[in-house]
Amino acid sequence: MEKLFSITLYILKGSGVTLGLYAITAVFSMPLGLMCALGKISKNKVLSKAVSLYTWVFRGTPLLLQLFFTYYGLPVLGIRWSGPFAPAALTFILNYAAYLTEIFRAGIQSIDKGQYEAAKVLGMNYSQTMRKIIIPQTVKRILPPLGNEAITLVKDTALVAVIALAEILRNAKEIVTREFIITPFFIAAAIYLVLTSVIVLTFNRMEEKYSYYE
Amino acid sequence: MIEIKDVSKNFGPLKVLDKINLQVDRGEIISIIGPSGAGKSTLLRSVIQLESIDDGIVEIEGLRIACRKDRDDDEPIDKTTVREGLAKMGMVFQGFNLFPHMTVLENVMIAQTIVKDRSQKEAQEKAKAILNKVGLTDKENSYPSQISGGQKQRVAIARALAMDPDIMLFDEPTSALDPELIGEVLGVIKALAQERMTMMIVTHEMNFAREISDRILFMEDGRIVESGPPDKIFVNPEHPRIRTFLDKILS
Repeated sequence: MEKLFSITLYILKGSGVTLGLYAITAVFSMPLGLMCALGKISKNKVLSKAVSLYTWVFRGTPLLLQLFFTYYGLPVLGIRWSGPFAPAALTFILNYAAYLTEIFRAGIQSIDKGQYEAAKVLGMNYSQTMRKIIIPQTVKRILPPLGNEAITLVKDTALVAVIALAEILRNAKEIVTREFIITPFFIAAAIYLVLTSVIVLTFNRMEEKYSYYE
Repeated sequence: MIEIKDVSKNFGPLKVLDKINLQVDRGEIISIIGPSGAGKSTLLRSVIQLESIDDGIVEIEGLRIACRKDRDDDEPIDKTTVREGLAKMGMVFQGFNLFPHMTVLENVMIAQTIVKDRSQKEAQEKAKAILNKVGLTDKENSYPSQISGGQKQRVAIARALAMDPDIMLFDEPTSALDPELIGEVLGVIKALAQERMTMMIVTHEMNFAREISDRILFMEDGRIVESGPPDKIFVNPEHPRIRTFLDKILS
């Protein structure tokens, strides 16, 4: 029993990295994704093409490959990392922002063009129309796909185990290899389930909150 | 008040507006009738720049807000002038286009606060006064999805009026409404007519048009076929096409 407790504690220590990576990715990838979405739908062809190229690359290659590239590849090109967390965070932010770009874009474009016209005849400019009329309505529509991404992100953080970051799965695996028991896998699975459940519940709450209209 | 000179617009090979000329005076109420596809809505939308024109000039109270892009005979279009000119007009759509995430009151307040820089208090007072005028005081905290079509359209009219327009444009304001809800919207427009608000109304409500308009325009194939006082157009039109159109609609 005491051993089980110490194993769990050790694995939980990894959740610091997991949650840290999760938070930093969520905080930075959302505004980046929104900006890229606005860039992608803008009339500026160069900007729109540049964003398309970015989402094409980051959605079209494995996250694991991107992670290897940032951590092992970029140093070859002269960029030095002081540890594995920064390159992991950078890769995750860029990868998730690429997916969010497409989600935000689809959400923005799903808003009826009558909303833009109403805003325009009331004298609102583009930025006011986006901030007050379009984006608030977009949030409600993209909550379901956003929830999917939020859950996937929890599980994707396990990938950083391969660049020696001591997150949940890596700590579990370490004990499995050292002690020849498989309990740590179950404990890790339970922790992931708790985390994803919290996210599912949070998103359900948010969807309820936004159900005040239509 | 509104000056439309030689305005043309094409959708590909189709001429939706074909050299339209029209002057609207202050306080004048004009109804535009005609078969669908005649260019009625496009004309209205061109006046308020929801459609760009391919040729001609649109001026609002002397402010040039649209002209052919490659015109070189006179002064170029100035963004501030355009904004000023557009601000003199309000528009009401067939599909209401209320902001669904805002309450009725917020719908009528939002542009006042962010476009006209009015304080929350000022905007709210104004919104409440106008909502009272259109008979919707009891709905000010409802969301658009919770009210009827007729109420939605009245909110849309209130939202436009809150910006103090000199001119109101109505694009088929009752076409999306159940028959029993049409009256309440027409009633609000009639009240505006009594205050001599300058209005251009695209409508299929012939009796209404006849009752409130100073002038009726009959449009077909992107042209104004005939224009004149309601009694002339409805009773004794010069153009036989108008007679057949009215017979079909009124029967």
